[in-house]
Amino acid sequence: MTNRIVVLGGGTGGTLAANRLRRDLGDEVVITVVDQDDDHLYQPGLLFVPFGLSRPQDLVRSRPAQLHDGITYRTADIERVDLGAEQVLLSDGVTLAYDVLVVATGARLLPEETEGLTGPGARETVHTFYDLDGATALEGALSRFTGGRLVVNVVDMPIKCPVAPLEFCFLADWYFTERGIREQVELIYVTPLDAAFTKPVAARTLSGLLAEKHVELVTEFNTGEVDGTGGRLVGYDGREVPFDLAVVVPLHGGAAYVDRSPGLGDEFGFVPTDKHTLQSTAAPNVFVIGDAAAIPTSKAGSVTHFEGETIARNVVRFLAGEALDASFDGHTNCFIESGFGKAMLIDFNYDTEPLPGHYPSGVGLPLLSPSRLNHLGKLMFAWFYWHSLLPGRDVPGLTAAMPTAGKHMPVPTRS
Amino acid sequence: MPTAVYAGTPVTVTEEGFYLDPDQWREDMAPEIARDAGIDVLTDRHWQVIMHMRKEFAGKGTGPTVRALGRTSGVSIKELYLLFPKGPAKLAARIAGIPKPRGCI
Repeated sequence: MTNRIVVLGGGTGGTLAANRLRRDLGDEVVITVVDQDDDHLYQPGLLFVPFGLSRPQDLVRSRPAQLHDGITYRTADIERVDLGAEQVLLSDGVTLAYDVLVVATGARLLPEETEGLTGPGARETVHTFYDLDGATALEGALSRFTGGRLVVNVVDMPIKCPVAPLEFCFLADWYFTERGIREQVELIYVTPLDAAFTKPVAARTLSGLLAEKHVELVTEFNTGEVDGTGGRLVGYDGREVPFDLAVVVPLHGGAAYVDRSPGLGDEFGFVPTDKHTLQSTAAPNVFVIGDAAAIPTSKAGSVTHFEGETIARNVVRFLAGEALDASFDGHTNCFIESGFGKAMLIDFNYDTEPLPGHYPSGVGLPLLSPSRLNHLGKLMFAWFYWHSLLPGRDVPGLTAAMPTAGKHMPVPTRS
Repeated sequence: MPTAVYAGTPVTVTEEGFYLDPDQWREDMAPEIARDAGIDVLTDRHWQVIMHMRKEFAGKGTGPTVRALGRTSGVSIKELYLLFPKGPAKLAARIAGIPKPRGCI
């Protein structure tokens, strides 16, 4: 009998998982990908839109056009997953039965969960760049901004691409310098974390960079309210941060159908998943890739890319009744735009924090240090995304397992 | 690692006062840890959060974040800040005798 694989989500994870499975299994399986629209957004490009460095229309392509021949694509909202009956109910009344389900529906922005964030001042004094409409509106707001306090705020973790708000600060420093009004602009980065970033070595470098670029850092701030008309962030602890323009990264949760599917998700709608095999803990025939998974990695495209190899191998093994491969190591790789045509690169996994050195080996790109080469790498990555990563090919130099060759690894301490 | 004495028993804690071994914790230690942290009286609402922290830690291996507490403890984030001022997730974890919550990446 032909096995049926249903892939929920036609973004980065769903597309590359479906393409890898089609390549590996051919006509042995019927693969159906479901998403609610036909807009595949190149999310790393959102950061550049507010600064006029990317055009919104260049970031969106057709979802099914990224899928290999032989894969079925359906446009529909997902109502819920019935784990017991092994089927997905779509809002148009159609039911899809599956032998294996791949959850790849990513993260959803939840601005309505923060008091005031969708209220008066939204799209006037309060903006975001985490969706295409928001990033486009912010381009106008930035171009009209002539001076004052620009506050960049992360409401709470987890968020997609945790370095993006820092990159926004670095690019804003460059942008206002180019416009000749940097002296009139105060830049403030407000984070719920106790440092600029979660990982100590990278946090030290990044807070050094913030200081160098005269970006004020406010830590351990849990935003309780965004007051757009009064121009202030109000923390749950009573602290206030005044702003003339706020760029807020809203709370994230999983896709809405996860909440409607008994037993599938956690309290935020992310799906509890084994961090090495990518098999969900909800049911053995449910696998999870990308931002939808509740695993201790960054929610980032690079993670999703590196997960592709493991999830495809494990779906194949599951269908063959073989033991799963616990090989995903949490590998994450991020270019961090630092402004003025330079970028930094960080590379880490579950066990190794971002370290200085070179990637992927001693003669590669510099790690944890701003360089023009990394900026070019980031720009070139868009091409690899559409032509190599989504089709499920391996990208040169980007191996699933984290390389250690060029890193300054710490000398083991004696205990 | 430093040692602290609560309810007459020495326990191993981090520089920030978090327990390394949650099994060393007993309920009669909590009021003393709380007083060290500036909370004079533990009410039923405090205890609801403390016991929830321990249950979450036992199940997931890390303490919940403030946002998760607001969703799952039955106490709103606003009230959590009234009960455990400044940093509810960290403070409640300290009083509940579990390691510092790892938070997110």
